[in-house]
Amino acid sequence: MEKMPKWADVVLIPLISLLLATILSALVILAIGENPIEAVNLMVTGALGSTYGWGYTLYYATNFMFTGLAVAVAFHARMFNIGGEGQAMLGGLGVAIVCLYVPWPHWSIALLAACAASMIFGAAWAAIPAYLQAKRGSHIVITTIMFNFIAAALLNYMLVNVMRPQGSQDPATARFPEAVHLPTFQSMFSTAENIVFRGAPANISFFVAILACFVVWALIWRTRLGYELRAYGHSETGAVYAGISPVRITIIAMLISGALAGLMATNNVMGEAERLVLNSTEGAGFIGIAVALMGRSHPFGVFLAAILFGFLYQGGAELALWTSIPRELIVVIQALVILFTGALDNMVRMPLEKLFLSLRKEAE
Amino acid sequence: MTVPAIELKGISKAFGPVQANKDISISVAPGTIHGIIGENGAGKSTLMSILYGFYKANKGEIWIKGTKTDIPDSQAAIASGIGMVFQHFKLVENFTVLENIVLGAEDGGLLAPSLSKARKELKDLEEEYELFVDPDKRIDEIGVGMQQRVEILKALYRKAEILILDEPTGVLTPAEADQLFRILDRLRAEGKTIIVITHKLREIMENTDTVSVMRRGQMTATVKTNETSPEELAELMVGRKVLLQVDKVPAQPGKPILEVENLRVFDSAGVERVKGIDLNVRAGEILGIAGVAGNGQSELLEVLGGMRPGQGTIRLNGAPLALSGAGSDGQARRAQHIAHVPEDRQREGLIMDFHAWENVAFGYHRDPAYQRGIFMDNAALRADTEAKIEKFDVRPPDAWLAAKSFSGGNQQKIVVAREIERNPDLLLVGQPTRGVDIGAIEFIHKQIVALRDQGKAILLVSVELEEIFSLSDRIAVMFDGHVMGERLPHETDEKELGLLMAGVAGEAA
Amino acid sequence: MEFFITLIQVLDSTVRLATPLLLACLAGLYSERAGIFDIGLEGKMLMAAFFSAAVAAVTGSVWLGLLAGIASSLVLSGLHGLASITFRGNQLISGVAINFLASGLTVLIAQSWFKQGGRTPSLFGGGRFEPITFPFADSLSNVPIIGPIYAELLSGHSILVYVAFLMVPLTWWVLYRTRFGLRLRAVGENPAAVDTAGVSVVGLRFAAVAICGVLCGIAGAYLATALQAGFVKEMTAGRGFIALAALIFAKWRPWHAMGACLLFGLLQAVALRFQNIDLGGVVIPVQVMDALPYILTVVILAGFVGKAIPPRAGGEPYVKER
Repeated sequence: MEKMPKWADVVLIPLISLLLATILSALVILAIGENPIEAVNLMVTGALGSTYGWGYTLYYATNFMFTGLAVAVAFHARMFNIGGEGQAMLGGLGVAIVCLYVPWPHWSIALLAACAASMIFGAAWAAIPAYLQAKRGSHIVITTIMFNFIAAALLNYMLVNVMRPQGSQDPATARFPEAVHLPTFQSMFSTAENIVFRGAPANISFFVAILACFVVWALIWRTRLGYELRAYGHSETGAVYAGISPVRITIIAMLISGALAGLMATNNVMGEAERLVLNSTEGAGFIGIAVALMGRSHPFGVFLAAILFGFLYQGGAELALWTSIPRELIVVIQALVILFTGALDNMVRMPLEKLFLSLRKEAE
Repeated sequence: MTVPAIELKGISKAFGPVQANKDISISVAPGTIHGIIGENGAGKSTLMSILYGFYKANKGEIWIKGTKTDIPDSQAAIASGIGMVFQHFKLVENFTVLENIVLGAEDGGLLAPSLSKARKELKDLEEEYELFVDPDKRIDEIGVGMQQRVEILKALYRKAEILILDEPTGVLTPAEADQLFRILDRLRAEGKTIIVITHKLREIMENTDTVSVMRRGQMTATVKTNETSPEELAELMVGRKVLLQVDKVPAQPGKPILEVENLRVFDSAGVERVKGIDLNVRAGEILGIAGVAGNGQSELLEVLGGMRPGQGTIRLNGAPLALSGAGSDGQARRAQHIAHVPEDRQREGLIMDFHAWENVAFGYHRDPAYQRGIFMDNAALRADTEAKIEKFDVRPPDAWLAAKSFSGGNQQKIVVAREIERNPDLLLVGQPTRGVDIGAIEFIHKQIVALRDQGKAILLVSVELEEIFSLSDRIAVMFDGHVMGERLPHETDEKELGLLMAGVAGEAA
Repeated sequence: MEFFITLIQVLDSTVRLATPLLLACLAGLYSERAGIFDIGLEGKMLMAAFFSAAVAAVTGSVWLGLLAGIASSLVLSGLHGLASITFRGNQLISGVAINFLASGLTVLIAQSWFKQGGRTPSLFGGGRFEPITFPFADSLSNVPIIGPIYAELLSGHSILVYVAFLMVPLTWWVLYRTRFGLRLRAVGENPAAVDTAGVSVVGLRFAAVAICGVLCGIAGAYLATALQAGFVKEMTAGRGFIALAALIFAKWRPWHAMGACLLFGLLQAVALRFQNIDLGGVVIPVQVMDALPYILTVVILAGFVGKAIPPRAGGEPYVKER
């Protein structure tokens, strides 16, 4: 017998968790001597009050959609991929190599190549932890954490010792050539008399992210591979019984996850920075965890949660600009969301289940 | 009239919507062995776990030696002189016997004095009850029989006066089981009160003084053992007369479908579980494999079903099967027309969180009939499921329900429907009626016999001798990875099979 | 002789750098031996680093700072316990949340209190742990070999360094020679055995998590009040994860944990001192030294150098089976 209706599981619980996180965040804002209502006002106007704000909100959301999907796909195969950050860094390396060393005639072809390169690099970075988990039982959480640090060191080496242009002090690559600059929302949606999204970094890769949401949805719920992936995630012994190879599924799921995380580089590296810098990922790989948890590992949920976090990030930046609240407030909110939707899930769930049970008893 | 050692009055316990115990009262006299018998899921273990403070009852009272006692946790149960040996032992595998016995019953904060005191007391206990174990062996180095002794010693070390054993013989050979009951006799002679939970009628009849019968969370009767009969107990257990025999016509075996030669199987730790066995199953017959759990039957099924590698030769319809590497997985087996009803439907046969319609494809999800281009044809799957639900009378008839929301019997019907409807050449069946209600048992047995009558080969593994007898056309007994012998059901009896199951060799097969 | 002096200096810095790793590693050891995985060591250290520095800066007392650091780390431990023991949530996710919470809150509060861009004021005098000089260290320092070892390597560390290294035998003793240790190890291997033996699984696990909090608190306080003079943003710089790596490297055993932490401390000390190391033509870039602890851990996890088997019940919330 189901303990409670499905809508409560997928809608009510995340909303209550979000509410709890919001209340606590408000208390934090109060505690540091600011007015939470004013803060929310500022965030809303800053992030959603103009096409400029939206341009930033959607730019961040694009990053989080990719990393959120990455975490979600791994979750479906019951793996916790904390390595999105490292995989996204490597994706950036792939994009940089493709954009810098190949003369592309047009951004569209370059984008395709960059997608491919970022996915391959991201997947490759996930491949070793995946292989070790599948073949040697090395805990994927620990190995992916380790690979984040190794990725940071590798990127540092590449930028300082290899890819840095001569004479530059900055640990970054040269700027990508004009031909591979992606169309921004400004250039896509502005008319001669009405400039929108002016100066905002949102770009065409937002639509790549939405496409990725659809592809992941179809993959998980409409294909054989998705069926096997979910079956494995629910029961490894069951998978073996059904002739689904745990090794194969573990590796494939992680490769897909790594590729999705890597894809993020089309947005932040190719679309925004237009060169590869240190710390280009800015923790987006980790925010993917919050986004996937919040979105209940469903692509549509991930899409909504990514927009929410995009709003938080842009709103937080505005807050930092106009008040004495530093941007780290967003990190706190993110932590609270992870805490309530992930670790403290039962705290919300258990009383709700009781409630629904007693409601049903009364109805009987 | 002596004061009862234990008295339970009106105990009720619910797990969420499931009522596990309903208004149960029971009274056990000191110095007796009291049996509690009932089908799987009747609520026996829950009741005893309440007595041991492992669960809290929603209602009811516990009286120990005439005193009303509150048992909120195991600590309180131990203090009241209750000890429990669980079905799945609660031992720390990489601790020694001595450390396991001391755990939770130490004197003082330092370990050394506790251990040396325990070592001395253990010696006394061993001599008093003839329960010999090596205190310095690690649990993972000793066998299950020994581990059970450690559990009993743990209870005695805590000065238990009342000992509860939950399905104590499930993992023992008949010989080990007899030994256990000798130990229990001795404990009774020393004045201990013993409660044995089991679903085996024979054990109750041979070893207990009184017996209580449970059915669906309720206590249906408490009787003196020497005033009852197995038939009466069976009827009390299931609530009506039981058909101990399945109606079936004599088998008409055809050509051999499955031939197993010198099959060896190693588990993941490298231990040899199946030690070179030979078997064959012919078309139109049911070969039953009897044996105590853990003697290689599961591994045999798993190799045949493509779940683990093996060595040796297996032929299906004369063609050899791959036993390791490519072509040896469950998909390959299904392609070769081997269907498999696995031993554990919850962990293997079904994905409990999947809808019924998703489970109906489980294992056959690569069947082209379920595909449409690069996608799965979920509509076709659901139509297929509706048909199977109808034919196998699965209740409730809802293809959208998650597998976990069906009762054990209906879950098993989904698995059996999926496998039998594939019309396989060979059907592997493991513990088909474990945790299944009696109505579903009859239905499932009939389906298996019907498949046999269509001329298919069936390999049945069951630890229930009754099931083996009622279904099999031929019986092979496994012990310690060997086939001890083969018998025809009408030419043998439980006693002879019991000896074979204990490793006492009869005439070679 | 010059080589010897360099060696002593590197080893001395190894000890300093290994100390926070060791404290955090032992912290993780208690928690994980009890079956609670903790990837939130980093966050607890960071929180403790901030609060110890903040309180030390305000009161001028490093001891009050230490207490504040421990208290703040304990609060996060309590949160981890609440999530993973009481509400049987995912321990890894809880750890991730705690890391972010610490990362955000420290800067937020630092900015609110001190308005110095997320740092505390620099500590001096009684606000810091001063080095302890062993008797005769000065007079012995000229004795060849032994002198520098005594005066430089053994003497002259803050009290927390000695506390950290004394924790190793203490932890061993607690784990293998006391009732608490027996129960702690048991609850990480098979909580049901502990439960049916009449001991509270929840109580034991909370105790372990609390010890973990105390040790992480000391580790964080050491970072901010002994190794450095004040808190700066993200000052733990992944040490919590290196400690975690060391714990796996040590296969959850106290003496081995010390060995692993010294090794990783040495790697950090070498990287700090030499930047790029020239080994006869082959230059090892500093990034390799940075990455080495993580690479070694992956190699260990891969089972190529002996298999690292965590406590059997680790990561799994305890639910009485039905």
